[in-house]
Amino acid sequence: MNLHRLEVGLKPHLEDPIGNKVAQKFKTQGFAVEAIRVVEVYLIESNQIKDKAALNQLNQKLFLDPVLHQLEPSSLFGDRLDFDWMVEVSFKPGVTDNAGKVAKENLELLLPKPFGPGEGVASALAYLIQGKLSLAQVEQASEKILLNNLIQKKIVISKADWPQEKAKLHYFPTPKVDGLVQVERLDCGSVEKVMLHSTERLLALSQAEAEVITAYYQDPKVLAHRAEIDLGPVPTDVELECIAQTWSEHCKHKIFNAQVSYQNEKGGTEEIRSLYKTYIQGSTKKIRQNLGSKDWLLSVFKDNAGVVRFDPDYSLAFKVETHNSPSALDPFGGALTGIVGVNRDSFGTGMGAKLIANTDVFCFGPLDYNKPLPKKLMHPTRIFEGVRKGVEHGGNQSGIPTVNGAICFDEGFVGKPLVFCGTLSVMPAKHFGRPSEEKQAHPGDHILMVGGRIGKDGIHGATFSSLALDESSPVSAVQIGDPITQRRMFDFLWAAKEEDLFTCITDNGAGGLSSSVGEMAEGPGGAKLYLDRAPLKYAGLQPWEIFVSEAQERMTLSVPPQKVARFLALSQEMLVESTDLGEFTDSGYLDLFYQGKPVASLQMAFLHDGLPPMSIPAQWTPPAQVPVAFEVQELGQMVRQILARPNVCSKERVIRQYDHEVGGGSVIKPLGGLSNDGPNDGGVIRPVLESNRGVALSNGICPKFSALDTYHMAANAIDEAIRNLVAVGADPDQIVGLDNFCWPDPVLSDKTPDGPYKMAQLVRACRAINDYCLAFGVPCISGKDSMKNDANLDGKKISIQPTLLFSGLGIVPEIGLCLTHDFKRPGDWIYLLGQTKAELGGSELFSQLGLSGGLVPQVDAVTAKDRYQRLHQAIKAKRLASVHDCSDGGLAVTLAESAFGGGLGAKLQLAPLLGTSGLSPAELLFSESASRLLVTVAPQHQPAFEALFAGTPCYPLGLVTQEPQLVALNGPTTLFDEPLDGLKTAWQGTLGGRQASAIVF
Amino acid sequence: MNDKGTLILSGLGLNCERETAYACTAAGGSRVEVRHSLDLLSGKVSLQDYDFLIFIGGFLDGDYLGSGRVGANRYKYSANGEGELKDQLAEFSQAGNLVLGICNGFQLMVKLGLLPFEELATGGQSVSLTHNSSGIFEDRWVHLGINPKSKSVFTEGCSRFYLPIRHGEGKIVVGSPEAEAKLLSQNLDLLYYTDDQGQRTDHYPENPNGSWKQIAGLTNARGNVMGLMPHPEAYNHYTNHPHWTRLPQGQEEGEGLVFFRNAYRYLKS
Repeated sequence: MNLHRLEVGLKPHLEDPIGNKVAQKFKTQGFAVEAIRVVEVYLIESNQIKDKAALNQLNQKLFLDPVLHQLEPSSLFGDRLDFDWMVEVSFKPGVTDNAGKVAKENLELLLPKPFGPGEGVASALAYLIQGKLSLAQVEQASEKILLNNLIQKKIVISKADWPQEKAKLHYFPTPKVDGLVQVERLDCGSVEKVMLHSTERLLALSQAEAEVITAYYQDPKVLAHRAEIDLGPVPTDVELECIAQTWSEHCKHKIFNAQVSYQNEKGGTEEIRSLYKTYIQGSTKKIRQNLGSKDWLLSVFKDNAGVVRFDPDYSLAFKVETHNSPSALDPFGGALTGIVGVNRDSFGTGMGAKLIANTDVFCFGPLDYNKPLPKKLMHPTRIFEGVRKGVEHGGNQSGIPTVNGAICFDEGFVGKPLVFCGTLSVMPAKHFGRPSEEKQAHPGDHILMVGGRIGKDGIHGATFSSLALDESSPVSAVQIGDPITQRRMFDFLWAAKEEDLFTCITDNGAGGLSSSVGEMAEGPGGAKLYLDRAPLKYAGLQPWEIFVSEAQERMTLSVPPQKVARFLALSQEMLVESTDLGEFTDSGYLDLFYQGKPVASLQMAFLHDGLPPMSIPAQWTPPAQVPVAFEVQELGQMVRQILARPNVCSKERVIRQYDHEVGGGSVIKPLGGLSNDGPNDGGVIRPVLESNRGVALSNGICPKFSALDTYHMAANAIDEAIRNLVAVGADPDQIVGLDNFCWPDPVLSDKTPDGPYKMAQLVRACRAINDYCLAFGVPCISGKDSMKNDANLDGKKISIQPTLLFSGLGIVPEIGLCLTHDFKRPGDWIYLLGQTKAELGGSELFSQLGLSGGLVPQVDAVTAKDRYQRLHQAIKAKRLASVHDCSDGGLAVTLAESAFGGGLGAKLQLAPLLGTSGLSPAELLFSESASRLLVTVAPQHQPAFEALFAGTPCYPLGLVTQEPQLVALNGPTTLFDEPLDGLKTAWQGTLGGRQASAIVF
Repeated sequence: MNDKGTLILSGLGLNCERETAYACTAAGGSRVEVRHSLDLLSGKVSLQDYDFLIFIGGFLDGDYLGSGRVGANRYKYSANGEGELKDQLAEFSQAGNLVLGICNGFQLMVKLGLLPFEELATGGQSVSLTHNSSGIFEDRWVHLGINPKSKSVFTEGCSRFYLPIRHGEGKIVVGSPEAEAKLLSQNLDLLYYTDDQGQRTDHYPENPNGSWKQIAGLTNARGNVMGLMPHPEAYNHYTNHPHWTRLPQGQEEGEGLVFFRNAYRYLKS
């Protein structure tokens, strides 16, 4: 095979902004470089290109931009450009290479025929570095900035060695095919043997599961069946892998379905059969009963996403997923895969839905973390940058606006970052006369796999995420998403849907085919699948690998036999690969074949219901909650410091790198106000452009309260999500939620001696969902849990804070009534709605002062709900000029943000409220008591507004002023008097705002 | 001409078809069709049935190899029953039909040589669009001025705009001093970035990408072909404005629809 190297580089006189950015990163990390230029490299293996002349011709016609690039006749920019070091970074064999894939399609435009077996294109980037660095420095900088060793490799050449070393640049990353393709038999004759397989193969099986497996393979009926189909008594590797995937924590949510013995603080024991069924499904069921004929939920907890009615013609599907473990290993690939993965979930809900909004929430370790990091962990700044970039690629390239998000920082997230990605989609209410949210595969329907090919990428993702991160975490668990292939697949699937070519659709996510086919086969009652028909990225995959690979951009559909031909033809026409893998049956078995022979036959009932529920102990010992004495001398200085805290500061630099308005339906953007840089509370869009009915999305997340009591952590998250929706104009009676739990392992074991406490924390969070969802009338429609967020590295265990992300979706009856956070006019009155208490536990103030303990904010759902309903009335009656949610940092931050947004100041007299509440000024300014909002009211609306809130906690604090100064008085005493400028500079400085900061995004 | 039909090409990573179709219909388009780009390439769709062609925004082929590059190659090197695609496109614009490219569509048109000098038939390309000077993708609203000497069907009667940009590669680069002189002398520099007072500026972020001569959009000499980095279709409703809650409510329609209204007024005249 002929191997060619093609380089694309800018003309010397042109600025290289990408190189400049890399150089800036080098400098920020202390590596003295003068300049860096980036050259794109394409490595081509093809006999269709005969020689250099032919290559140069293709380069000129297909790759080079005549204005930007110039042809380098030797194909090596290093021959002519000035540099001290060259570092070339390419993907390791088998890793998804999107640029290489596009380059291949590009070449095929002018080559005689498409690339065949053995032909291929790989991409690389060559960094030509000018700067007096040592080899050790170059190596170190490259590892920190240019590549991730798990998925990429580098070649380093110095200028001095260039003549003899440049031959190294003639290479191609060919995947190694190791060993024979064969089906192995795994003796499962005893529990010990099963456990041995589990450890060796990373199956994450428990002792109890091993017992069930051993018993299954000794069952005479099972043995008779296996003899009949000539499969033999000993389990195959395909079977054991399939069972492990299906039963993984990731797929089966064993902890949420466990039998829990909960010992409460009084020593009494309560038995709970499934937290999920009792509290989450349970509360939703009760709320639906209460709603009666007004129930607007269409499909909950059963599909890839929850579905609610938007209007008579359209329905909405909403889902949030986590992708934590992969994001710890490869932040870019992990987060990218997370976003495109949840896209497939929301797309593959019901008979298919169009993706219209993303929402992203990240939790990272502190950006200034300076303690030694265990070997496998990356620094929070690097994870942040990678995750940010991954979601940017995933969201922007897929054409989905990122309408809302949040970023939290806490030391526990050093061990594992949390990456929550959510997607909203819209579907016509009816699909060929039937409800769009319903679907069902039938016996005889063919199994069609659509989209990308299968490789070793993402093997064991599901079982891996069910284990703590440790030194042996596999490379193959990392995948890189390909939004463009996925977008093509969606375009095709939408066309197929419009021709009514399928009966059921689902995503290939965790567990790959084993999970998608396994789940779809539950309806018809069985499936027959021929593994050797599956298209592979490269040869050498074992049959079990084909079945459990989590290679991305794939969906599984059931297609009636008479429609298969049309389905395949349309697919081909739209440049999407679809393969007929077999058919659904009613045999009661999942049957798998490879090259004509059976390689697995598992009872559906065993696979789906054979799993024994876990029993988990939980013991609640409430941490002492006592008020903590503290004093703040300089209130003005403290306001500045709190505004600069990472949890509070402006996230503009990150937000601007996400497209937040593609789709054309943007109503309330993440940023608003006079200079478009103030933080809005919730995102609002018009899902149907022809209608002025809107949908709002929000997030509630506050792991900072978890150490005090997860019950209140969860309550605050729920309240925050609802409050943010109501603040922008959503109807408090039309709100639903999604619960996403990320927990440290709560199961008692040698590794987790504090399991019972962590499990009790989980019980309490679930109870809060039950209590508060019921009280607010806000049902959960879908959710997800990620239960092993620990890192065991270098003999140390780092666990995250238990975290609930509560994502809210609310209907905005009329978008013209939406409100934003920013002060509108001088002379408007400023009111605080809701009660402030001395609840400073977990607050930004306490973190700033280095204090722990204190009282956790508690939510009073009854008065909060009443307040939100009155607020909605006030919004509908147009009585308000601005509304802003009061949360992280308390009243002081809310006030400052409203002022930033309006470019206006405020003068407050806090004496009356200080008098009646008995709070100190610092408590009033920085308490994070729940359910509070800051609103402004024009003088002419004041009487009507006050009448609406009569008898509820509603406190006039002062006036909006033209003068850009924030002034707070306590009677004649000035508490603080700060120019807006200085405050805003502090608030925007931490994460860059418009200036560059310590992190280069 | 009489508004024969509007063809909006989608697929292959493009993604603004929904709002562009909405903008066209809201602005009075009577036959607005969204078709997959492959349908035009294969000949399933013929340009002869339309008088308004829109290359929309998105990420053709993920922007790999440079935005619009592979997309442009597809049109340059493909043929169907009606002949070579590049000839079909060149004839379509030369016949005076309207062609509009937004963001990724603009990048595609420039790399095809369709803008600003209509070099498609000869395979030339004198101008390009490359990475923003900031090195990052950005979504922000920008003020735009219009060159009063430019001729364009789309901007007739307009003087200023406020629109969102959402791109990583919006910086105009011109290949030679001759091309620069020609572009300016023919007034093909239709839209430029300004500060909020309407003054041309190179200051970031008012000029978000460091574009040559602050150029945000180009026209051909005849005025029937236009490309721009900002997204007029994303300002289709007053609530798209980033701080509409601060403004007195005027008309429900967003100001970005002006481009489309002008197009249909021209087609129907």
